[in-house]
Amino acid sequence: MQKREGGFTSPPDRFCNRQGGEEILHFIKPRSSKRLREFPLHIMLLPGVLILFVYSYIPMAGISIAFQNFYPTNGLFGSDWIGLKNFRYVMQMPDIAEVLWNTIYIATMKIIAGQIVPLSIALLLNELKNQLVKRGVQTLIYLPHFLSWILLGGILIDILSPSEGIIAQILRTIGIEPIFFLGSNQWFPYVMVASDVWKEFGFGTIIYLAAITGINPTLYEAAIMDGANHWRQTWHITLPGMLPIIVLMATLSLGNVLNAGFDQIFNLYSPAVYQTGDILDTVVYRMGLIDAQFGVATAIGLLKSVVSTILISISYYLAYRLANYRIF
Amino acid sequence: MKQRISLGRNIFIVSNYIFLIFLSFLCLFPLIHVLAISFSSSSAAASGLVKLWPVDFQISSYQYILNKPEFIQSVLVTLKRVALGFTINLLMSVLCAYPLSKERSSFRYRTIYAWYFIITILFGGGLIPWYLTVSETGLIDTIWALVIPGAVPVFNVILLLNFFRGLPKEIEESAFMDGAGHWRVLWLMYIPLSLPSLATISLFTLVGHWNSWFDGLILMNFPDKYPLSTYLQLVIINSDPMKMSAGDIYKYAEISDRTTRAAQIFLGALPILLVYPFLQKYFVKGIVLGSIKG
Repeated sequence: MQKREGGFTSPPDRFCNRQGGEEILHFIKPRSSKRLREFPLHIMLLPGVLILFVYSYIPMAGISIAFQNFYPTNGLFGSDWIGLKNFRYVMQMPDIAEVLWNTIYIATMKIIAGQIVPLSIALLLNELKNQLVKRGVQTLIYLPHFLSWILLGGILIDILSPSEGIIAQILRTIGIEPIFFLGSNQWFPYVMVASDVWKEFGFGTIIYLAAITGINPTLYEAAIMDGANHWRQTWHITLPGMLPIIVLMATLSLGNVLNAGFDQIFNLYSPAVYQTGDILDTVVYRMGLIDAQFGVATAIGLLKSVVSTILISISYYLAYRLANYRIF
Repeated sequence: MKQRISLGRNIFIVSNYIFLIFLSFLCLFPLIHVLAISFSSSSAAASGLVKLWPVDFQISSYQYILNKPEFIQSVLVTLKRVALGFTINLLMSVLCAYPLSKERSSFRYRTIYAWYFIITILFGGGLIPWYLTVSETGLIDTIWALVIPGAVPVFNVILLLNFFRGLPKEIEESAFMDGAGHWRVLWLMYIPLSLPSLATISLFTLVGHWNSWFDGLILMNFPDKYPLSTYLQLVIINSDPMKMSAGDIYKYAEISDRTTRAAQIFLGALPILLVYPFLQKYFVKGIVLGSIKG
């Protein structure tokens, strides 16, 4: 194992030698104290830069697989180049339109619900005056965020089971025939959205609560002087005060339009609900790693990456223009 | 000056309390339900008698799981992974965040490096090229496959660098005056001052490594190398008879028992439930400081 680690770090040393050599040259010159100052900063970044190079940048170059009749034994660039044939194959796949629609439909519903629910809950939480209850509620609603979709998926499968699940029992007692939520094409997308909102809404409130806390309290005092009731205070002070954050979160979520949630859907779907539940990521997984159709799977992944990159870039640009937000 | 509290306001306050308490119950209920099932007898669980309290209390499913070598083996893999991954991720976050938090005036190449990091968020090669790269670097079936490819958590770097930038410049300037270098400033000033933020990313990193399952699934060829989450994926989610060979069905018939499944879910969640209260007080502060800056 250690040998492997050594082998892992040695090839990139060439880069560091080149850079280091350059640094040392300036090191000798007397006027280069600034470069000397900066030298440790380069060293600090070096390991991170190398790892990103290998595991982020080389895979970026690996999208060339999408244009090849790819055989893994030939290396990343050794197979026959076949132009856009893989992409034509993707376009002719019978259910590709359905998969694309499922992806956008589920993701968009998640984005919208994932904005509205945390925002509303944050407003309601802000009305709690008892700090102990408020803290307790917050602690509990953040919790599902930290559990994986394996565990929550296992729990959902159990709860939603049409034979022994507790939901089925409740439905039976009120006289409704149990529904197989995870096996029904009609219900599946909505179960995905609802359970995703259930997992993430608490965590989403953090940022909105912080925005509420940042509002100047004198505004409320002035409003009370003017006779504004609580609804009007919420409408005219709290919400406008939160607007920059709301705009920011909305624009940043734009980049997720093609992310319907692989972890969740992969663990909850089955061939019975491919019609409404199969998404781009699950198709890429099945075609690439199960059926070993590397070229076609990479082509789908590339199309998704390109659209996502455009969307994320637009969203960062909008966030910068509208909310003066910069990630760095 | 006191505002008169109207009847409508009172009704709102009370129903708001009830609604939010109900909501927090809704977040906790599935866990309690699973816990109750795991401590019940198989027959009680199968006939749907268990709600929030165990029926026919017994611990046989826990005894069964904890005596199963596959389970213990996967826990060991996960512990190794968490220990290695946590150390490396935290080290990388600190080492990358510090230089990137500098102004352009004190670190001229900052913008180039910053873009180098941002591009990896904006664009990715996708699953297949990533898998092939990991495979080409010879990590498949080693513990490093779960640690090295994700060694630089770019989002944590951003969180931390935004925190670093909020620290007053005067401290570091006076340290430089006294002859300290970047390494000393980082270890002796930045790190002690950013404990809340470090606690936040520690929580994310620990939970992230504990919960990761997909990398184990595709990068490990043998189930005895699976980390716990991947193993649980196999026995809880994937125990569908359609997906198994005849031998597997025999082997997993017992595991697909409802109480055993519930016990495994609960054991999988237990470490998170244990660290959660300690780190919970930090992460809210850390996230807010990292993401909304003045």
